[in-house]
Amino acid sequence: MKRIYVNEKWCLGCHLCEYYCAFANSGKNDMVKALKNITINPRIRIEEHNNVSFAVSCRHCEEPLCVKSCITGALTIKDGVISVNSDKCVGCYTCILSCPYGCISPSDQGAIQKCELCVKNAGGSPACVKGCPNKAIEWVER
Amino acid sequence: MNYVIIGNSAAAIGCVEGIRQVDKKGKITIISDEPHHTYSRPLISYLLLGKTDEERMKYRSDSFYEDKNVTAMLGVTVTKIDTDKRCVELEGEKPVKYDRLLVATGSRAFIPPMEGLDTVDKKFTFMKLDDAKALEDAINENSRVLIIGAGLIGLKCAEGINDRVQSIEVVDLADRILPSILDETGSAMVQKHIEDNGIKFTLSDSVAQFDKNTATLKSGKVIEFDVLVIAVGVRPNTQLVAQAGGAVNRGIVTDDRCRTTLKNIYSAGDCTESLDITTGQERILALLPNAYMQGETAGIDMAGGQKLYDKAMPMNAIGFFGLHIITAGSYNGEAAVIQSGNSYKKLVTADDTLIGYIMIGDVARAGIYTALIREKKPLSSIDFDLIKEKPQLMAFSKRERAKTLGGLR
Repeated sequence: MKRIYVNEKWCLGCHLCEYYCAFANSGKNDMVKALKNITINPRIRIEEHNNVSFAVSCRHCEEPLCVKSCITGALTIKDGVISVNSDKCVGCYTCILSCPYGCISPSDQGAIQKCELCVKNAGGSPACVKGCPNKAIEWVER
Repeated sequence: MNYVIIGNSAAAIGCVEGIRQVDKKGKITIISDEPHHTYSRPLISYLLLGKTDEERMKYRSDSFYEDKNVTAMLGVTVTKIDTDKRCVELEGEKPVKYDRLLVATGSRAFIPPMEGLDTVDKKFTFMKLDDAKALEDAINENSRVLIIGAGLIGLKCAEGINDRVQSIEVVDLADRILPSILDETGSAMVQKHIEDNGIKFTLSDSVAQFDKNTATLKSGKVIEFDVLVIAVGVRPNTQLVAQAGGAVNRGIVTDDRCRTTLKNIYSAGDCTESLDITTGQERILALLPNAYMQGETAGIDMAGGQKLYDKAMPMNAIGFFGLHIITAGSYNGEAAVIQSGNSYKKLVTADDTLIGYIMIGDVARAGIYTALIREKKPLSSIDFDLIKEKPQLMAFSKRERAKTLGGLR
């Protein structure tokens, strides 16, 4: 299965992936309008420290602890993609307790949010990958 | 292969999904005394809060039993396991034979003997969907509610009905709230937050006597109430296995494949004991994620696959009135406390490993800590100062990150 992989050697720490993620999931057509005057809450996050930086987003684990732990059945895995049904989610954060990579976060609407590889938005393929200027984020079989 | 599952909640569903990973054809029968489609019990407080409804509370989709080719016998009570005939006896129905049996009978609310309890008209426990519906029918905006028990169940109940009743008073024998998951600082912090939302507490006290709508406490304090909720604890449903001769301590004894001491009989969920890896002790870990994973392990093993349930520990994610709490493991070790603003964090280490943590308020990325406990990661192999500051993958070595994030094998 194609996964998102990051190469921290190539990461510039520019945070563009975060902006592309927020835009892709905003439901809006215009990036400027979508992101102007808001604090973005992206599903991919850059970690940085002492000149090292890298992006972190859902690994879409084969044995997903978040899905197994979800108390509502809102998190499911289908064809290798883990996604959340925000209508079912009550925001208990058991998935945040469970995810070994810290890739699930509260959404602004009360439920939780996570990378769904842009399968549910208009992007079709991961926006962070398309937006990364230095190919530090790839969506490939490995 | 003919699989029978007693129970229809997280452990039972985990078992079905475990079996079907290995065996697509075997016959699976679920028998449950509750008449409902599988639903998530921890959601009953969210139901009363209006954050979910009966439709969305379903733990799996309406087509689950059909999709997984399961025969669901709902509203049917199992009375006995006959290990000689390898069948379960049912109330008012013919016995059902099994090759492999899962006992996922869960737990029930414990009601201690309390004087005058029989004089109380409106009294409830808070475990099941029907409990929540009965409570909902009994309350109105003029109700004064008395909750006995300041644990997870009592307090989630309080949050669930707070906006729909006149007042809530919580009484507990312990001197602080949520003692099973929080330390003293954490308890005080969460108690203050819940009090700020209008709920009153009377701690270090218990009911000496009920007389209809009046509770007289041991201290002499008198509380008038209209509705009583008893949430002092739960007891595992171990009777079927005990009667069949299986080993039972506090809960049903199981091994790391979730097998009981009875041949071809497995057990999972709130009715069992598991090995807490953070203390090395067998204990009941009545928590939904553990129940699912035990059930899944049992299902895979029943069907001939390989899976171990050997990384269990207490873990809780819970919130009250917008204040989130995540805890895991045990707290008997060296503690590092980080407090800032409205957030509180305590990391407990022993023998170069993290064995427990408490996070209140800021709970972001807590799972990174959980994984350190689960995998018994030597803290000397990571940058502990960095990870103490906040959970982050930066604390791991480049090589490890190349594996987790870069796909290096």
